[in-house]
Formats: sequence, structure tokens, C-alpha cells
Amino acid sequence: MQGLLAGKRIVVMGVANERSIAWGIAKAAHREGARLIFTYRKERSLQKLDQLLAASGIDPLLRVACDVADDASVARAFADIGEQVGTIHGLVHSLAFADHKELQGEFVQTSRAGYHLAQDVSAYSLVAVARAARPLFREGGSIVTQTYIGAERVVPNYNVMGVAKAALEACVRYLARDLGPDGIRVNAVSSGPVRTLSAKGVAGFNDVLAAVEQKAPLRRNIDQDEVGDATVFLLSHLSRGITGEVLHVDAGYHILGF
Amino acid sequence: MSDTFERVKNIIVDKLGVDASKVTPESTFKDDLGADSLDVVELIMELEDEFDMEISDEDAEKISTVGDVVTYIEQHQ
Repeated sequence: MQGLLAGKRIVVMGVANERSIAWGIAKAAHREGARLIFTYRKERSLQKLDQLLAASGIDPLLRVACDVADDASVARAFADIGEQVGTIHGLVHSLAFADHKELQGEFVQTSRAGYHLAQDVSAYSLVAVARAARPLFREGGSIVTQTYIGAERVVPNYNVMGVAKAALEACVRYLARDLGPDGIRVNAVSSGPVRTLSAKGVAGFNDVLAAVEQKAPLRRNIDQDEVGDATVFLLSHLSRGITGEVLHVDAGYHILGF
Repeated sequence: MSDTFERVKNIIVDKLGVDASKVTPESTFKDDLGADSLDVVELIMELEDEFDMEISDEDAEKISTVGDVVTYIEQHQ
């Protein structure tokens, strides 16, 4: 099969349903000839994943449980991938979590527990996963995570997740330096707002979509498939000179001062 | 039964994988249809797409039965 990712084995983390950014990436990577390994958190997401795979005709190499908040689960998942798949060439980290209560109102009210939870699942998870996956990248490879402009600027209600995404972007840079000598690149896609299950947890999300449509240079929002295509680029040989980078896929919204 | 009810019912059957006969205006999402909180959010998003409307967070929290959804949609169309 010809394609930008032909012959590559890629781990995709974070498919919750058909709206997930991870699913947009999985479809794009599949189209470009990648063989996919999916991780899921709970039985619920496995059911959804199986329905999506069946409906789209994607035959995965492996589906494996992985709770990124649990070191033992991460270790087990990547040990399984190593045993059953062997060498991998790409890893897509497209997951985050914060308590719904923290995603509204004033950021100054963020609780200590809520802050830790968001950092743990949304930022530290990339470090844990990169470390566990490192030995499987025997031929080098590419790790891509997902961030949002709320990491760089204040987006009302995004709050604790904006701070977690800022940490995530810093993790991308530190990991890129550590893993560069192994030929492993680490980058992030900063996508515009996408109507996912997670995004619906942020208060006033529809207002953000409306603002982007009105102001972004392209005068529209972007979708999962566009994030998927940009992520394919970062996973592919085409981006071989790029690491530690944050690539905005946001219809240009991030360039605006007002 | 209204056309709105039929459209809502089809989405519920499809998304929750429940038998059509279990979906009545009185059915509650959590107890009768076995939906968890994420299922409810997914349903709300499907309904927003199907009926090209927005259901605010505050209003979404008040919805507990299928009839509540149908009434809400009919009042906001």
C-alpha cells in the first residue's frame, strides 16, 4: 500500500467516540497506509472503538487497555505492544482530563486536587508514555500530542486545562531534546476548537466556536480531519527535520492580536 | 406521537443501543435507558446536530426524560 505512512506502526491513544480528534487522526493515518494500535481506558471506550473500527473497515494490529494515570497500566500496555507488535514508528497522544467543575468561572478558584488531576492526566501522561514507548522506537519515530491556544493565552473557562496544556507544550520541548539522539521527534498540534465530547465539558464552548468563525483569517472552524492530516505530516518522513514544535491548525486564529 | 419524538427516538436507539420499544416519553435516560453522564452529553450533541440548535449547559442539566427533550426541542425550534 502506498501512502505517507506506509509500513509504519502507530499507536493511537484517546479515541472516545467518532468526534474524537484521535479518531480523525486514526482515519488519516489509516488512509496513508499506517497499521494502527489503539489504547483505550475503559470498557466503555473499547465498545465505541470496536463499533468505529467495524464501521470504517480499519483492522487494528492491537487494542490494549491503558490508563495513563496509572504507571503499572502504562507499563503493561507498552509491554503488550512490544510483545505483540514489536517495533513502532509513531505515537499519537490525544487525551486530557479535568473535572467539569474546574472548567467554568474564575481560574483563581482552581482547587489543588483539580490542578493536580489536570496536570497528571493531560501533561505528565505524555512523559510517562514517551518513556514507556521509547524502547519500541527501534528505528526512531515521531510522537505527536494535541494542545490548544489556551496554553498560550487566556481562554475564559478553559482555566486549569490551559495551564495543563502550557505544561504539556513545555514537556514536548524537554522530551524532544532527550529523545532526539534516539531519532525520536516530539511535536504538538495546536488545533482550533473542535466539537468533541471533552470540549463540551468547557463552559460556553459554543461561544468560542462562534468567535473563531467570525474572526479567524480563514473565517471558519477546523475539523478532526484537518487535525488528522497535519498530524500525519508530523508522523511522516516529510517532517523529519522538525522536533519540539507546536504547529497551529486553527484557521490562523492564533496570529490575531484582537 | 410527534415527528420530533420519532427523530429523537431514532437517535436514542442508535446511540444507546436500546430497543425502540423501551423509548417512551416517560423513559428516564439514566434509570430506564441505562445512559451514563457521558452518554447524555453525546446524545445532546447528536440532538444539536440533528435539529440544528444549541442546548445550553443549564438546560441540558434539567433534562431527565425523553419527553423533556422533545418538549425542549419543540419549544426552541
